Amino acid sequence: MNDFGNLVDKAKKKWALLSDGKIPVIYIGSATCGRAAGAMQTLEAVKRTLKEKKIKAKVVEVGCVGPCYLEPLMDISAGGYPRISYANVSPSDAEMIIESFLVNGNPLPERALAHFGDKDDKISEHIPRFFDLPMMKPQVRVVLRNCGVIDPEDIDHYLARDGYQGLKKAIEIGWKKVIKEVELSGLRGRGGAGFPTFKKWEICRSFPEKTKYMICNVSEGDPGAFMNRSLIESDPHSVLEGLIIAAFAIGSNNGYVYINCGYHLAIARLKIAAEDMRKCGLLGNNILGTGFDFDVIIKEGAGAFVCGEETALIGSIEGKRGMPRSRPPFPAEAGLFGKPTIINNVETLGILPSIIRNGADWHRQYGVEGNYGTKTFSLVGKVRRPGLVEVPLGIKLRDIIFEIGGGSWKKYKGVQTGGPSGGCLSEEFLDIPVEYESMTAAGSIMGSGGMIVMDEDTCAVDLALYFLNFTQKESCGKCSPCRVGTWHMVTILEKIVKGQGQAEDISKLQHLAETIKRTSLCGLGQTAPNPVLTTLRYFRSEYLEHVQEKYCSAGVCKDLVTYIIHPQNCNGCQQCIDVCPTGAITGRRSELHEIDFSRCIKCKACYEVCRFHPLAGNAIEIRSERRVS
Amino acid sequence: MKETDYDKIFSRFKGVESDIIPMLLRIQEKEGYISEEAVMRMSRFLRISENQIYGVASFYSRYRFNKPGRNSIKVCMGTACHVHGGKFSCEAFEWQFGVKIGERSDDGKFDLQQVNCMGCCTLAPVVQINEDIYGHTLVTGLKEMLRKYE
Repeated sequence: MNDFGNLVDKAKKKWALLSDGKIPVIYIGSATCGRAAGAMQTLEAVKRTLKEKKIKAKVVEVGCVGPCYLEPLMDISAGGYPRISYANVSPSDAEMIIESFLVNGNPLPERALAHFGDKDDKISEHIPRFFDLPMMKPQVRVVLRNCGVIDPEDIDHYLARDGYQGLKKAIEIGWKKVIKEVELSGLRGRGGAGFPTFKKWEICRSFPEKTKYMICNVSEGDPGAFMNRSLIESDPHSVLEGLIIAAFAIGSNNGYVYINCGYHLAIARLKIAAEDMRKCGLLGNNILGTGFDFDVIIKEGAGAFVCGEETALIGSIEGKRGMPRSRPPFPAEAGLFGKPTIINNVETLGILPSIIRNGADWHRQYGVEGNYGTKTFSLVGKVRRPGLVEVPLGIKLRDIIFEIGGGSWKKYKGVQTGGPSGGCLSEEFLDIPVEYESMTAAGSIMGSGGMIVMDEDTCAVDLALYFLNFTQKESCGKCSPCRVGTWHMVTILEKIVKGQGQAEDISKLQHLAETIKRTSLCGLGQTAPNPVLTTLRYFRSEYLEHVQEKYCSAGVCKDLVTYIIHPQNCNGCQQCIDVCPTGAITGRRSELHEIDFSRCIKCKACYEVCRFHPLAGNAIEIRSERRVS
Repeated sequence: MKETDYDKIFSRFKGVESDIIPMLLRIQEKEGYISEEAVMRMSRFLRISENQIYGVASFYSRYRFNKPGRNSIKVCMGTACHVHGGKFSCEAFEWQFGVKIGERSDDGKFDLQQVNCMGCCTLAPVVQINEDIYGHTLVTGLKEMLRKYE
């Protein structure tokens, strides 16, 4: 344990050196969201500029701090200023900012986004405090506390910020107290179902087998959800620390992290983290000299949504097709290789170290009765400020979408939560609290945290079809309600969006959906109809319009829209002819253009160019007209 | 892939059933797809039937069984990309090369794939070409985007 004390001291010194302000530090957000937006190019520009201008500075790659729409983010701390953050920094911006700040001493208040200093730090009226930004203010950062702050590839940064103190304490107080603490904290599984974490552990603990397995589930298959990925990319140690604590609680010496193979960066950072932990005696035999052994294997999945289901995930680790099996026996009793197994979600594990370190009462200060703690969401879709957010449970949907997200671009229509297993909630649900029970009562689910905002340009029927298509493809095929039933639902929905729907199709859909929900084997099938059931409930009028009037108010369903060129606006600029992939538009320069509907695939290219090109006259309209049959 | 390449990959595994999935991944990383030869060699090494290996491989969406094009186009079909009109890009690509999703263009230059989510939903709709990610893509920008890879 003394060694651990030395480790922490060394790490704290290193951390203090970084932030003492003597040498400027430049932080670049380089999680996937940042990289996609060009963070690596910005990083290159930073390094080049520092070299050219002969500036001595440290460059630190950090994870995702949350407002992904502002990526690439670059923060600089120098010259006695607190860390100042700049948004949407292109390579040339980086050069300009560095020159101004580090050479001329001007932090460019008008270009800065925010600062990370204390409340009293007033650098300039132009620079607000980062956590006072409208997007950040309603948020609490508990699980994401290190995200965007520390270098995820440097164990010392994590150690300096109370890392592995939770593990140390857990081993000191013993497994019984760990389980008790988690029980008191009210922590529920963050994978979506909300089963009390301690209960699973207790069941597993009660089996006498020597070999038990502890698995971290990073099979984040929901399209449109990236919370787990961001957490691992930004703070892998917190998840691994949680994994060891959980393993210690259930008495397991073998762990797996089951991660989607597409998460390259997350896998790389996990591997680095595990390697560093081994060097520090935090992984392997005799952890921290306490006699507790634990090691972890990082296992890549090969892309199957159903592998988020526990028994399918186990099958996949064993090298089989990832098909769920009927329960009982539950994995806690007989799971991986037939041994008692606990599978916890990334976020559940990510919060564990803080719960053990700070105690159950600390955790219970967040959230509401029965729903304690916080939850991360990936807030995306037609929202003004998309990104990764963390809020206390019990917060209203409205606060997440309008306060944090800044509302939708056009008129708000609804929000889809819980991915393909969840539902679409209409405007009237904006004031329900985000809790496991209330979300389920509304017909959706909390889910792992995907939140997709819809506005008036989103068609509810089309979205339902999108999800059903997804679950139909991802259905493992074992049980017929899911395999055959979802296929029939897709067929009916396709008919409806093509304008071939008949009145009885809606009741057929309803009937099918309810049957599949009741009779499917696993969670995938049981929840697959949710997007249809909720849209049928809350957006029924849209179904009726599609069926009865062959009308799509959002103008999304291709077969129900026509493209019209308004003669008074068309100036004959020929831009649309250039971009049309099928050559369906003809017309001479400065003369009215025409669309050949037999060739037109309605790909929207002409519409976009006509709207956005400076030469074009915004002459093309996509119109859906009500037809009375 | 040469025999030595296979041996190199196989040497990192114990040769048990649970190696199937990671082994297929490593082969695909090296060769770009899962060839018949690869499955045959795996079968011999693992002493597991080719049928079983195909059974596992065909279950997961990641594995491909056709030779990829020189450039791979991946259109994100995540929910955020969908509501931002990602499917339009996909259809435009399909038209441009006369290929369907999962296929390769006749000249071998491109292949087109759909992926479920790339984790950069705030840039929706997203298209990835090789390692480059393009955010907020418009159908109108696709031709220009591809010019770089001709």
